[in-house]
Amino acid sequence: MSNFSIDIQNINKSYEKTTALKNINLSVNKGELFGLVGPDGAGKTSLIRILTSLVLPDSGQAFVDGFDVVKDYKKIRQNVGYMPGKFSLYMDLTVLENLNFFATIFGTTIEENYELVKPIYSQIESFKHRKAGALSGGMKQKLALSCALIHKPTVLFLDEPTTGVDAVSRVEFWGMLKDLKSKGISILVSTPYMDEAELCDRVALMQSGEIMQINSPQQIVNDFSHTLWQLKSDNLYKTLQSLRNWDKTHSAHAFGQSVHFVANSSKITSSEIKEYMEEAGLENIEISGIKASIEDCFMELMTNNPTN
Amino acid sequence: MRIIFYILKKEFKQIFRNKMMIPIIFVMPIFQMLLLVYAATFEMKNIDFAVVDYDNSKVSRGLVQKLSNSPFFNIAAYEKNIDAAEEYLLHDEADLILIFPANFETKLVKENKSEMQIIINAINGTVAGISQGYLSQILAEYNKEIIVDFLNFEPSLASTIQIKPRFWYNPELNYKVYMVPGILAVLVTVIGMFLSGLNLVREKELGTIEQINVTPIKKHHFIIGKLVPFLIIGLFDLAFGLFIAKLVFDIPMVGSFVTLFIMASVYLFVVLGAGLLVSTFADTQQQVMFIGYFLMIVFILMSGIFTPTESMPIWAQKLNLLNPMYYFMSSIRMILLKGSSLVDLQFQLYSLIVYGIVMISLAVWKYKKVN
Repeated sequence: MSNFSIDIQNINKSYEKTTALKNINLSVNKGELFGLVGPDGAGKTSLIRILTSLVLPDSGQAFVDGFDVVKDYKKIRQNVGYMPGKFSLYMDLTVLENLNFFATIFGTTIEENYELVKPIYSQIESFKHRKAGALSGGMKQKLALSCALIHKPTVLFLDEPTTGVDAVSRVEFWGMLKDLKSKGISILVSTPYMDEAELCDRVALMQSGEIMQINSPQQIVNDFSHTLWQLKSDNLYKTLQSLRNWDKTHSAHAFGQSVHFVANSSKITSSEIKEYMEEAGLENIEISGIKASIEDCFMELMTNNPTN
Repeated sequence: MRIIFYILKKEFKQIFRNKMMIPIIFVMPIFQMLLLVYAATFEMKNIDFAVVDYDNSKVSRGLVQKLSNSPFFNIAAYEKNIDAAEEYLLHDEADLILIFPANFETKLVKENKSEMQIIINAINGTVAGISQGYLSQILAEYNKEIIVDFLNFEPSLASTIQIKPRFWYNPELNYKVYMVPGILAVLVTVIGMFLSGLNLVREKELGTIEQINVTPIKKHHFIIGKLVPFLIIGLFDLAFGLFIAKLVFDIPMVGSFVTLFIMASVYLFVVLGAGLLVSTFADTQQQVMFIGYFLMIVFILMSGIFTPTESMPIWAQKLNLLNPMYYFMSSIRMILLKGSSLVDLQFQLYSLIVYGIVMISLAVWKYKKVN
């Protein structure tokens, strides 16, 4: 048996004519908080559905906790926790009834595993007689996580758990994941938000069904080999347009109210950039050198492998 | 066992939390019974007729008088000529026209027979047929009366064959006795097919099935959870319907209720299975409704609720062997009106058992946790 909590070897999956996953190789260590990061349609959900035995791969093998996702799917269903992207609990049952139901079909009781869910469940326990459909977004998410944990899974799969959740609840949620990790549960979480990638132990950057890079967030950022400039002006759109037409530009992407710029030569100076921007008719120019974030690395990877 | 029990508890909770469920379970049977039984009648009342009397004799007036006195016929108009009377037919103000030719009475007296014309609106063939039936009966009676009247001659009973039919199992030919068991069969079918199908596909629509599928829940546990509650509701509604049938319509219930409920349970397994099978193919409640509705119409119209299945063409009768409602329709009537036992209903019982096993196996097989 491998030492990996999740071990994926050469997984391929396509739906009719669309390829969802291309030759995916990935392993997650025991007790690791691993992130699948990528935009919508990158294949994150397909991969999670294969690992939770809901979808069969076209080719390749995958093991969760040493169990083959195709052959030993029954063992997998006993041992994993899954929180789908869409809230999938019974809206017409109360908080307590939902939790009780999932405990029962896993052959356990709330009392038996209360210790594990307590930090999360205790936050919604005062609403235990309220119907799940009447909970707020953040509370629904806590209930879903409690239900996914009630049978004490060894591996937890979370499909975009923070999509559509407010900023405060997101921070809180990641805190809960850290706690679970400290209890020895391996976690595979998918997210479209690059800033959340930095909270994982390791991440896989995905795009169009392929993994572009797997590494720790720190290492990914350190590996960014270019000089990155942050440019501001009175007209964001015009800045972006003019930079993209410049022969010295390697890449230029909008980041909020500024443009992140990489030149194709590392010898470029800020005065050179300023001069070009002034020529383009831009005003209130601000230029500063900055440290790359995961998102910059992701953009850089996309610039280098334009898959689609 | 604990899991099945818990799943059933959850299903019942959800069913009764659905605001539409109580009306469906209680109001639907009352409505169907009270409305349909009265409305879906074969008895004809208020047949309107127009008269064109070129003869204007004692005999012709006597017949019109006799018709008007019957509870079935109303005189709509007296017209001078046929064209004017036809207008009534055209505007749907009359269902039939009686035309007495001139010399109607004279001919009758002289030649001992005479002819008149009857024109019936046959847009609705059934109505036309029944009207004609009633009319013939009244004419025959009238015939006898005028023989007595004109010839002063009592037709001897010995000289004619007297036919006095006795109608078994429904001596008064009360259509309600015939319709009520049929409506009950429809009721059980609607409950079984739609509720089970809609329930399963709702889990698909809401995405809860996704969460259920990653649990170690057994397929058959899940399916039992979807079948048993609606089996119980279906049987309850049958009992409720029988109660209304007795209370309001005083329908004879000759057979044993045990036999009836055994047949109904087997039949419910078939329709519940059909509902579940449909829902494994469908993705939305809307699709279930459309497919279910289509099946329902075919099942009901071919079940023999209105028309005898024996009068269908042979190929349709063969096809009808696939119609589960056909078996139950004949069973419920035979049990209630005739007192048939399970031995008499062997064919229906075994057919439904086989059908049920096939349906539920298909539904369990089609319901995949992986795709």
